Amino acid sequence: MSTSSVSKGCFVFKPSSKKRRISSSTADYFSEGKNDSEDSGLRFATCQLLWKQINSETEKIQEELNKQLFDNLISFLRQSYSEFQTKKTEWMCRMKSSEIPTAALVLGVNVTDHDVTFKSLSEVLQDNVTPYVVSLQAKECPGIKHLLQKLMGQLMDCCVDVDSFEEEECVNISQKKIRCSMASLSKWYESVTKKTGSETPSKKITSSSRHWQSPPIVVIFKDMESFTTKVLQDFIVISSQHIHEFPLVLIFGIATSPMIIHRLLPHSVSSLLCIELFQSLSCKEHLATVIDKLLLTTQFPFKLSEKVLQVLINIFLYHDFSVQNFIKGFQLSVVEHFYSQPLSVLCCQLLEAKKRVNSLSHNQCENIRSLPSFRRYVESQVSEKQIALLTEDSFLKEVTQTLLEDLHIYHENYFTVLRCLHVFTTSLPKYPLGKQIRELHCACLGKSVWETEEYGSTVQLLRMLAKDELVAILQKCVEIFISSSGKQFSNTVEKLEEFLARFQNLEIAETNEVQDVSVLSQKELQKKTDLYHLQKTLLELKESKRSKKLTKFEMLRFEVVDFIDSLVRSYLAPAEMQTLNEVVYFNTANTLREHLNAAPRIALHTALNNPYCYLKNQTLKSDVGCISNTAPDICIVYKLHLECGRLINLVDWLEAFSTVVTAVEGTDPDSVATDQVDEIIHARFIRAVSELELLGFIKPSKQKTDHVARLTWGGC
Amino acid sequence: MPNFEHPEYPEATLLHLESMVPCRESQVSSLLSIFGERQHFSFPSIFIYGHTSSGKTYVMQTLLETLELPHVFVNCVECFTSRLLLEEILTQLQSLSSENKHGSHVPCDTFNDFVRLFKQEIITQDLQNQTVYIVLDKAEQLREMEANMLPGFLRLQEMTDRNVTVIFLSEIVWELFRPNTGCLEPFTLYFPDYSIGNLQKILSHYHPPEYSADFYAAYINILLGVFYTVCRDLKELRHLAALNFTKYCEPVVRGEANERDTRRLWKNIESHLKKAMQTVYLREISSSQWERIQQDDGEPGHLKGLSAHAHVELPYYSKFLLIAAYLASYNPARTDKRFFLKHHGKIKKTNFLKKHEKTSNHLLGPKPFPLDRLLAILYSIVDNKVAPTANIFSQITSLVTLQLLTLVGHDDQLDGPKYKCTVSLDFIRAIARTVNFDIIKYLYDFL
Repeated sequence: MSTSSVSKGCFVFKPSSKKRRISSSTADYFSEGKNDSEDSGLRFATCQLLWKQINSETEKIQEELNKQLFDNLISFLRQSYSEFQTKKTEWMCRMKSSEIPTAALVLGVNVTDHDVTFKSLSEVLQDNVTPYVVSLQAKECPGIKHLLQKLMGQLMDCCVDVDSFEEEECVNISQKKIRCSMASLSKWYESVTKKTGSETPSKKITSSSRHWQSPPIVVIFKDMESFTTKVLQDFIVISSQHIHEFPLVLIFGIATSPMIIHRLLPHSVSSLLCIELFQSLSCKEHLATVIDKLLLTTQFPFKLSEKVLQVLINIFLYHDFSVQNFIKGFQLSVVEHFYSQPLSVLCCQLLEAKKRVNSLSHNQCENIRSLPSFRRYVESQVSEKQIALLTEDSFLKEVTQTLLEDLHIYHENYFTVLRCLHVFTTSLPKYPLGKQIRELHCACLGKSVWETEEYGSTVQLLRMLAKDELVAILQKCVEIFISSSGKQFSNTVEKLEEFLARFQNLEIAETNEVQDVSVLSQKELQKKTDLYHLQKTLLELKESKRSKKLTKFEMLRFEVVDFIDSLVRSYLAPAEMQTLNEVVYFNTANTLREHLNAAPRIALHTALNNPYCYLKNQTLKSDVGCISNTAPDICIVYKLHLECGRLINLVDWLEAFSTVVTAVEGTDPDSVATDQVDEIIHARFIRAVSELELLGFIKPSKQKTDHVARLTWGGC
Repeated sequence: MPNFEHPEYPEATLLHLESMVPCRESQVSSLLSIFGERQHFSFPSIFIYGHTSSGKTYVMQTLLETLELPHVFVNCVECFTSRLLLEEILTQLQSLSSENKHGSHVPCDTFNDFVRLFKQEIITQDLQNQTVYIVLDKAEQLREMEANMLPGFLRLQEMTDRNVTVIFLSEIVWELFRPNTGCLEPFTLYFPDYSIGNLQKILSHYHPPEYSADFYAAYINILLGVFYTVCRDLKELRHLAALNFTKYCEPVVRGEANERDTRRLWKNIESHLKKAMQTVYLREISSSQWERIQQDDGEPGHLKGLSAHAHVELPYYSKFLLIAAYLASYNPARTDKRFFLKHHGKIKKTNFLKKHEKTSNHLLGPKPFPLDRLLAILYSIVDNKVAPTANIFSQITSLVTLQLLTLVGHDDQLDGPKYKCTVSLDFIRAIARTVNFDIIKYLYDFL
């Protein structure tokens, strides 16, 4: 920075307000390198707005899912707390050893999700139960001293935010932090609870309405598995000696199984605890809810294509089980879509989109025309209309509006029929189209589902459903159709209800028929007495059963299945076939995969093996097998080392390196004759080798002098 | 006629003391004779050891309190640093005679300071002509503090030149304590375990006021019959007795049996106690849950214990990583060829292996393996191709944080980290079953 002053000295520069700068810079990324005719500003705003809605929706989902668990926990706290208050009989209380109430909270292996859960848990507890909630992490507590320090530190803080009057007192206490023993903790608790008791009445009312009187101290161990045995044991032993002085409740956050408690704590310590088990919802169910609420709905205009969804689901199922990561991936695809697709400006609510169509620039109209789905649409039109679409912007805009509306209607129908089909497929043995609705969704998104083999077997299995099952499924379908927002399903509902009625009528008719047949056959059997005739009649009976023409029920069943099939064919067409699907569907799965499931080893190998890939220098373009001398030194050294065994002789390596490098300089007779390696080449070699060592490909070896050991194997 | 005789103390006090410490009479009387009269110098240090809940702490506390001897009682687990320990002793010493309950905080960093402050305190408290007792409970923790703590306490009398006796209470023998330098042998005293008769006597001592002593003694008899083989911990037994007593009384309360109908009462309680041994004693279900079951009169069968939830759900590749780690841990590296190459030929077990490899690897426990071997096995057991993505590597790390794998040795990531698989065979079989992988076929021990 410069000043207008001539003299030397200190000058104060006030920082320009940072906040405005940051927000504008993120928006700038959207318009970077593109002209503003593509509505980058508007796209950015739309993206922000959409993400805000989605985010609040996910938070709501999470809250609902955790509610049950938190309610259970709170009632557990209440119970153990009431035991602390009123011991039953005096004799009982004297004889029973006082255990520390402990909740073992099994949360599943998706450790990345736990933070959110614990955060909301401590918020809930702080709102409803007690201000004294402490959460501890294993890495903060390598020893019992650190644990107590952390514990007291957090407790003193929350004491401050309970009421500001005590602030001075607290500062005093926290100043002598070194002396943090359980005894001082119980002293602190005594002083705090006494104070709240003797406060002004108005204050007391407000505090007691929120918290219980003499609120328990809740200590949350976030990652039980990582705590060392000694720290936990000491803490439990110490605090069990003070349990009479203040109510303490422990919460163990467990990722694997509650067996870990027995593995970490010996019986003498675990006998000091009163452990109850709480289990959170499994992450797969959590994901199912998130997909159901975020993706299988018309609430949000943004959609994921089949491949993208598959990438996200695969990362979830194969790698981390983390719903947070899934949502982060979803967020990335939202941002990526709005960033890379200029037409995403239309990816908003239908009414708004129609308005925006009118104000599209010429460039954007050209963008629409170049969409593959739109081109398909144009080709299917008559020639005059084709010309109009390709030349007149205003006409194009009109058509676009109707097309957007069609797309919206398609989605409405799609999700309803999808749910309906899902009801059918989940009742089948072995689930040919998948058990979860997300699998069915993927199958329908990608290609015409009715052309797949699995769909064929599904239909076949459906034709064998028993009547009561079929009726139950149809009833569910009717409910789905009625609750759907689309009005065009009134006919379908009528048709389904008619089916149901016919099934009911069948019931009466059929029972009579069955009786008739059985009576008849019985009679015939009784008549025949000799063996030959009996055999013959039995065979005939069998034959007749096989070739018997369909009963009324079977006919009806066929009709129902055909009807469902027609529904599927008309409404579950793949999204890619829809005109203008590019506006709302994000389908560059590759970008997403690169970002979310990176392969550092492969990237490193590519960089070293084929430097052209990153450097884009024409001279580096070379065949796969040979080693180019124009490549950076490290690449040459790397390629040479790929040909070696476990131990690499440095002298040979240097020899090979200098041969490759000097190949350009041509045949310099002197250097060949002296057989002496140039000093500069030697230095370059040393540097390249130490770079490889830094990257972890080789390490010095003590087994043989002048050798290094190779650390990696295989192609990458 | 009291068992204890001592000219110093009145007979009533001694009688009271006797009633307070059942089954520990001999130890108490020898302690009394060691202590001598108030102004007598006693042993500089006394070491008392015995199993968990053999009454060490209780006896010492009762003895010192009943005879009103000046004493300080410190738990070494609670005072986990030497500084905390020394300060705690001084603080308690301050509050011995003065009115204020909580003595003011005395900063004390070293043992040297402690000796100085201790001498001062004795004078201010006017305790020169009495023996002061410092009791260090759970003294085994002292071994982990600074090296001068234990010898210092052993020689406290000598260093302070005051009438003080330090008493160590520990669960382990003196031989495991003995420091290298500056050791002064303490007087050792052993508290033997309570016999079944002793336990019976002590447990029946405090019977509930509503019922007669005989009735409660009969109950304790039954309880000991069930639990004595697995548990001799007095505290735990007392806890269990309190938990199950209401159930025992049930027939009496309902009027189906009178208090003397021992046989019927036994029939009622026995199976219940056995169930308690399998559940609440092992802390499989908590004692409050147990009480709730009793109240509802329900069967504890529907309530699953902690061990019943052994199943762990893992992502697909994590399962295979764990399986690969298990195979790497329990198979000798040389047999990998046999399991994972297509044309391996026949290898005879006897000729192929060195002598030490013939013992079952499952008896020897898991062996460490390098990361490369883990990945190589992973690639060959997963059907489709696995790219070595960042996610795979982070999954290995998260398996380590979940304690399913452990990192062996130094954690230098560049130098080829080594791991061990810590899961059990049952666990890995359950995991393998979910991905249709027949792990037994790949384990060398089961060939």
